Formats: sequence, C-alpha cells, structure tokens
Amino acid sequence: LSLTFMNSSHNRITSSPLINLPSGIVRPSFSLSSLLLQLQISLKSLLPVNLPRLNKAYFFALIDSHIIHYPTPITLTYAWSFGSLAGICLVIQMVSGIFLSMHYAPNVDLAFSSVEYIMRDIKNGWLIRYVHANGASMFFIVVYSHICRGLYYGSYMEPREWLWVSGVILFFLMMGTAFTGYVLPWGQMSFWGATVITSMVTVIPVVGSAIVEWLWGGYTIKNPTLNRFFVIHFLLPFFIAGFTLIHLALLHKVGSNSPIGSDTGVDDVPFYPYYASKDLFALSCFLVFFATFVFYFPNVLNHPDNCIPADPFETPRHVVPEWYFLAYYAILRGIPHKTGGIIAMFGSIAVLFLIPFINSSEIRNTTYRPIFKFFFGYSLLISLF
Amino acid sequence: MNAFRLANRLVPRTMGAMRSSSRILGTTNALRHLSVPATQTTQALDQLGSVDHEYESTRVDRVAEPDRRAFTYLMLSSVQFVYASAARLLVVKLVASMAPSAEVLALAFGEFDLSALEVGKTIMVDWRGKPIYIRRRSVAEIEKESQVQLDHLRDQEADSDRTIKPEFLVVVGICPHLGCVPLPNAGDFGGFFCPCHGSHYDVSGRIRMGPAPLNLEVPPYKFISDTTVLIG
Repeated sequence: LSLTFMNSSHNRITSSPLINLPSGIVRPSFSLSSLLLQLQISLKSLLPVNLPRLNKAYFFALIDSHIIHYPTPITLTYAWSFGSLAGICLVIQMVSGIFLSMHYAPNVDLAFSSVEYIMRDIKNGWLIRYVHANGASMFFIVVYSHICRGLYYGSYMEPREWLWVSGVILFFLMMGTAFTGYVLPWGQMSFWGATVITSMVTVIPVVGSAIVEWLWGGYTIKNPTLNRFFVIHFLLPFFIAGFTLIHLALLHKVGSNSPIGSDTGVDDVPFYPYYASKDLFALSCFLVFFATFVFYFPNVLNHPDNCIPADPFETPRHVVPEWYFLAYYAILRGIPHKTGGIIAMFGSIAVLFLIPFINSSEIRNTTYRPIFKFFFGYSLLISLF
Repeated sequence: MNAFRLANRLVPRTMGAMRSSSRILGTTNALRHLSVPATQTTQALDQLGSVDHEYESTRVDRVAEPDRRAFTYLMLSSVQFVYASAARLLVVKLVASMAPSAEVLALAFGEFDLSALEVGKTIMVDWRGKPIYIRRRSVAEIEKESQVQLDHLRDQEADSDRTIKPEFLVVVGICPHLGCVPLPNAGDFGGFFCPCHGSHYDVSGRIRMGPAPLNLEVPPYKFISDTTVLIG
C-alpha cells in the first residue's frame, strides 16, 4: 500500500497533465514575458502537453509550481476568490496591528487613553485604528463567505476532508484572536465581554473556579488579564499564518474544487495570469467595500458602549459581542441552562469539524442536490432572521 | 516586432520550420521543439464539444490593429498607476505614523521665567526631556569669556555667538563626549565639570579640558520678554 502511495500521482502538482516534466529539456533562463509567450503558444494549440520545468533552481521552481503554473480549474467563480482575500485580510490586520502596538499601552490605567492618543495625536493613527477595527469585521465577512462557499459547493467532501478540518482550526484561532483583541481598548464592552466569556470556564465542575482565577491572573479581570490577552492577541496571528500554510499545502495536494465538482483536471489553466488577475480584481472590489467602512462609516459596526472606559462595578444594559459572534451568542442565550447553553454554543461551531465525516452524498455541488438545497437555503434564511 | 517573427506567425507551423527558425534565431525555446501543429489537436478536442476558440477569435493582431493594443496598454498602465499610488500611500501613512505625535510636538517648546535667577547662579530646566542649564553671568565673567583667544579652543566659537543676551547662558546639559550631565558651577574654568570622564567647560559652556570634542550645545531659544525665555 505504501509503495503505491509513494508515486507522484497523489500530488496534484506532479500528476497534473499540465505540469509533467519532460526529461532532458530544460530552459536555461527564466523571464516572465517569454514565459507568457510560451503559455500563449501552448494554450493556443490546447495541448494536454508537458510544460518544461522553468527553472533549475529549487526555490523558483517551488514558487512556480505553486503560484505561477499551478493548475487551477477553469470554471472557478468569484466565490473562489475569498480564500486569497482572507489571506490578504490577515496581512492587513498584522501590519495595522503592529503599527498600533507601537503606541498602545497594555495597562488598565493607560489602555483606553492610549487608544484615544492613537486616534488623536499619532499621525494617521485614526486611519490605522479604523483599518484594524473594521478590518476584523471584513476578515469575518470574507471568512464566512469562504465557509459558505465550502458548504455550498461541497469543498469539504472527499478528498478534501482534512483541508476542511484545517480551515475550522483556522476559524477557531481567528475567533480567539478577535476575542482577545476586542478586550484591548478596555471599554465597557471589552471588559464585560471578556468577563462573560472567561466566566464560562466556571461551568467545569470542581476545578472551574480555580481555572478561571488562573486565567484571570487574579480574582477579577484586571491588569494581569489585559497583559496576557495582549500577548495572546499578538501571538495567535502567527499561528494563523502557519496554519494557513498547512491549509494551502492540503489544498495543493488535491487541487481546488470547482462549481462543476468533477476533479478530472482536464480543464485546468495556470494560476498566473488567470486567477492572479481575477483575485486582484476581487481584491480591488473588496478594498472599495472596506474603504467605505473605514472612511465613511467607521463606527457603525462598533458598539457605542465601548467608548466608555471600563467600569468593573457597572455592567451595561445591553452586553453584546461584536456582530460576528452574535449567532453563537444567541444560541448561548437561547438555552436557559448554564452548562447546556455553553455546550450548545461551542458545539454549534465544533459541529463544523464533523461535516466531512457525516456526509453521505456523492454529489458535491448543492445546485445538483435539490433536497439538500432546500434545507441549506432554509437554514441560511433562519440564521439571518 | 521584427519581420522574421511576423513571418513565423503567419506561416502555418510545422515541426521542421520551427526547429530551423529557432536555430536561426538562436533561441533556446524548448517548447517549440515539442509543440504539435494546432490543427491536429484542435480537431480532436472539437469533437468533445467543450472547446471554444475565444482565445484565437478575440485576439487582437498586433500588426493589423496597433491602436487597439495601445488602448489596452493605456488601460493597464493607468490601473497599475493606481496600484502603485495605493502602495505608496500605504507606506507613507504607516511610516508617518511613527513620527513624533501631536502630544510630543506640543511639548516641544518650553517657557521659563528667569526673574528669580541671581547673578552667578545656574538653574536646570527640562526641555524635550533634556536638561538645560541657564546661568546668569556677571559682567566680569562675560568680559573674561570674550577675551579668550579662539586658537586656544578645541571647538572654536566666540562667546558672543553662543548667547543672545550675554547675561544669560542657555546650554543643553548633556556632555558631547558620552552623554553624562555635567555639574554646574564646577571645574577648573568656573563653568561646568563632567564627572564621568573629566571634561571641563568654561562659563560660556565651551570645552577647555578633557575628552569632549565639542562645546555644550546651545538650543534654539529666544527671549519673549526681558526675563522670560522660550526654548524650542
């Protein structure tokens, strides 16, 4: 079994008809324009032919086989652009976050005023802060669309089960980052949201309250908590970045799904220039959407109570998390039992792990599954209203 | 495009022609050796019914319609200019955010009242986080400093060039040697003495003895009244 598994055909890069390496024919020089010319010639005659290896250098060959000549189905729609968009959102958050952390003070006495200092005194501080805050919301919009695409087109089905699982892990990391990040401005919502979520740990029998005091670093949420949340918030995105590489590796092992759902790979085009330009266009549209929020409605997704400095002795009337957590919050509040509510809330996200393994359909695309399509649309409607 | 390449494109390709052309051109275009003439494969794939010839049919011939290609280039280059502007904007905004903030700039000036300063005494004030010595000098001290020959100085500056009102000396209290704060009214020259490595400064703040290479720095300042100085 292992011997059959060791040949190259289980890896999309080496088994794709578009990239098989002919022996003895090597291009000694690499240039993008002559590359494109080659592409035009080969596509013009529509050959299921071997393209020569472009570079003898391993590093460039690696980049070439994963980003330039990577075989991608020709039928991908813009729904497939959300993946690269999510990667770009991560970069946006990391860059804006790093520049924010140059001026932010993770101390309970200084945090709120340091954020105001950034908004008022630092040059372009308001821009960086709004980019980071609204960028988090954008990140969730993009990732939710990405997950929706995966569910609708059956991208979680065999042979992409582990790709889906790595995606759910990424989602959990992202939620952890968003949660710890929201605590940092130390507004009323920051403090009380942190209190509510960290107190969930008390549901664990016997050791619950000990664990929560360990988590808090004290008897309530105070400076130790803020300090460690800042560290966690800074650290988790690097885990996300690493897991993204795993996510991409798992993807490149089998290749992208497509709206047609057949994985034959006969209708593949190279990633560059086709999907590079498509993703670039999708990015432009996304940036316009993002810029509308940053420049015209920067606070519409934020809660006004978070502009009040945190007061440990007064809970706001309407404690709500950010919009991207509202669905899970509704599940938590919908069950009038402490343990039940918490289990239901985490369970509703953890059930995502199970999806590839409880699937019994042989058809990927929901368009061709009328019964499933009805329930899919129905549950989408329910979740929205 | 050179005429030879044009001729190649217009003539139907065969294996022989391509091999000879690439030999003549001297290109090491490996793919040309491999490609099968277009007519054979498209015939086979056409029968599958999933091939369109959009690529060939919509292709703009570079020679026949030079203006259309120019339009495409114009479109692309203008959009690429927008991308470049966005990248520039990103870099400029982020780099600018690391510059001194409005708070720091607001604290960049300091006003100090010198009416209580007695002759011969030195006070130290905080300006931009740096210690500033202000010394009220007597007429005799001013006279003595103005008579010092510049040749004797390591850093040649006349006393009149270092003060606006000769009565008040305003210098930054940081030794130009390695950054320690000199002691006022000390040293062999009656001015300042840096205890770290033994630099002696005179009443004009000029280095007279010791390892410091330069005189004590005179900050930008002006008098907004007879006894009020604005530093910065």
